[in-house]
Amino acid sequence: MPRPPASRRAALYGATAPEHAPPGLAAHLLQFGEELRGEGVAVGTSELLDAFEVLREVPWTALADFREGLAATLAKSQEDRRVFDLVFDRFFFRATELAAVREGVTESGGIDAAGAELNLETLRQEIARALRDGAEGRMRDLARLAIAAFGRQGEGSGVIGVDVQRIRRSLGLRAEAQPDLPPDDPRHDGLPREAIRRFEALLRRELERAQIERTESLPPARPLNELDRALPSGPLQDLAAVHRVVAQLKRRLKTQGQESRGVKRHAHVDVRRTMRASLETGGVPVVLKYKPVRPRRPEIYVLCDVSTSVTSASVFFLSVLHALHDSFRKMRSFVFIERISEVTDVFERERDFKAVSDAIGRDAGVADISGYTDYGRVWNEFAQLVEDDLHPRATVIVLGDARTNGRDPRADIFATVAARAGRTFWLNPEPRLYWNYGDSVIAAYERYCEAFECWTTGQLEDFVKALTRPVSAR
Amino acid sequence: MAASPQTIDDVAAGLRSVGYLPGESTALVSFLAAKLGKPILVEGPAGVGKTELARALSAYLDRRLVRLQCYEGLDEAKALYEWNYRKQLLRIQAEAEGAGWQEVQDDIFGEEFLLERPLMSAIASPEPVVLLIDEIDKTDQEFEAMLLELLSDFQISIPELGLFEARTRPIVLLTSNNTRELTEALKRRCLYLWLDYPQLEHELAIVKLHTPDLDDAVARKLVEVIAMVRELDLKKPPSIAESVDWARALLLLGADDIDSATFTQTLSIIVKHRTDLDVVTERVGMKLPVRATSAGQP
Repeated sequence: MPRPPASRRAALYGATAPEHAPPGLAAHLLQFGEELRGEGVAVGTSELLDAFEVLREVPWTALADFREGLAATLAKSQEDRRVFDLVFDRFFFRATELAAVREGVTESGGIDAAGAELNLETLRQEIARALRDGAEGRMRDLARLAIAAFGRQGEGSGVIGVDVQRIRRSLGLRAEAQPDLPPDDPRHDGLPREAIRRFEALLRRELERAQIERTESLPPARPLNELDRALPSGPLQDLAAVHRVVAQLKRRLKTQGQESRGVKRHAHVDVRRTMRASLETGGVPVVLKYKPVRPRRPEIYVLCDVSTSVTSASVFFLSVLHALHDSFRKMRSFVFIERISEVTDVFERERDFKAVSDAIGRDAGVADISGYTDYGRVWNEFAQLVEDDLHPRATVIVLGDARTNGRDPRADIFATVAARAGRTFWLNPEPRLYWNYGDSVIAAYERYCEAFECWTTGQLEDFVKALTRPVSAR
Repeated sequence: MAASPQTIDDVAAGLRSVGYLPGESTALVSFLAAKLGKPILVEGPAGVGKTELARALSAYLDRRLVRLQCYEGLDEAKALYEWNYRKQLLRIQAEAEGAGWQEVQDDIFGEEFLLERPLMSAIASPEPVVLLIDEIDKTDQEFEAMLLELLSDFQISIPELGLFEARTRPIVLLTSNNTRELTEALKRRCLYLWLDYPQLEHELAIVKLHTPDLDDAVARKLVEVIAMVRELDLKKPPSIAESVDWARALLLLGADDIDSATFTQTLSIIVKHRTDLDVVTERVGMKLPVRATSAGQP
């Protein structure tokens, strides 16, 4: 269904806007919803209507309540909330500035660095203290002071990012401890990283404001990039974060495969239990008892590349492997570099992830001559190891970058393995962009398996969905 | 209805009066839920007071709390209603002679033979209630779909009886530990509230509220240590309830400072996994001062 243009939609929904709101708020809100959609938040009409209803109850002049109220109706997950906050800041900042430019409002006066006698050292201390206490309001005021005091030395570089960093450096704001400062200085023990980040955002905003005022025009809107979007605990380098996601994954894996049972769930009557229950009603089987439906637990073979080219990813992969082991009873794991080595018992013996990775590093027996992956040899050995066990209900998962270091990929052996197993998946830790460049030969294997790129946890979840969906699709 | 909040501050004050310190958005969303009659979907890590919020709301609004604990395999019969087969059977047997088929059929599918389950009793109640659907993420998607009718229209269709509409509008809270993605349809009908571990000052206030006798310095130290412990990669980070428990324990022991000895002794109150215990002792225990005087030392 084609959607009516923005202006008409505003007219459509105008009636539901609160009466005491300024004219145009409804239009702005719709535009805001539109921008959220643009950033991938699923905002439906019903959500927008809810938002309008909220605005009847919450005065739009109370900033914090306004924001939280909108968030409660528009952003329905933590990820969405993150995007919401970013878009909210961007959108209303731009809307205000645009209005200011249109109306010709400029901020006269402000703080004059030369006039006000600023003791620079005091300012440094003040800012550091505000950061340590996390006082948002004071940080905002001080950001302007800081720009007034430090920003104009050399008249700004014109690039906001550079200016922000220069101001931050001249303020001496660092997350790590600075022991050469006096102990009563708030910077002595280092400042909270999060507060520094917020302060930088405030600096950036104030600088942007000044720039818009100077040029009297808005710079083009910048779409959010992956980095902005990611939750603060997002990056996979952070092992703790990986564990959190994997722990979550573990719970999801446990419940998955049970959602899509639908039709089959009450398939079998448990005669024994039904008869037993019927005693209560004089032998009439009034209450039927069903056999519980057990979720499908596939047999899984996992091969994990632990060579140097995937070092950063292999920690991630090992923890995924660890999680999988908890969820699937029939599972065999292998690690490989140049040769292959079975580590199933290591995972079964050790419950702790750290112990597992130590044990694999110590005695997995993949200590190789060259340290380069040899996929051809690996397939050969794998085929020999599991030849008799592979059957159509088995699933083979390969975790690796498919970089053969110029050796023969031997896709033919891989094909026979894939043919014997029911399903074959490949998880590649490289972005799809780099596939088949250099010595990557994933295309040769991709013909026989489903290949996933897997370098964010979101992609990992996509894979888990594929893994647990019913086999009948094939 | 005992109380009907008029402003957000009313809700905040009310929740505080029953011993629940709401975060900045908690009061707002609760207020909106009461005003708009929309369910709240509360998500967050375990032990941040999701269930407690429902309890506090029910105490503050002086409404009965109806709780439905979700689990895998929960179905209509246990959540909504069930026909009382036994009673129906008895009825049929008692009437077997004489009565026509139509009469009996009309008879046995009456409200009299309905066993009310939590969801049903929540909307059938003559007084408005607070309905808590706990850990909705533990159920399967079919159950979620079944909830939709209840959540948006506050009605239940019973095939044999027709539409059963709510007599009063409950305040509905759904909690989720985020173990699985809930369906869009369900989310669409709810207000969303994310509860996270509280900020330092907020948690301090909570601890002080529950253990007013605890020394200020100790309480502050306690929340700082808890925050440190939560930073670590643990199987189960300590919840708010556990920090309150710990505060109570310290009060009982009469501790006037958290040094490494006290910490090790009472550690099991906040950390409940063997591997976690090791990590915490190693990473946090070391940072605490060893008591200078030998008072607490063995």
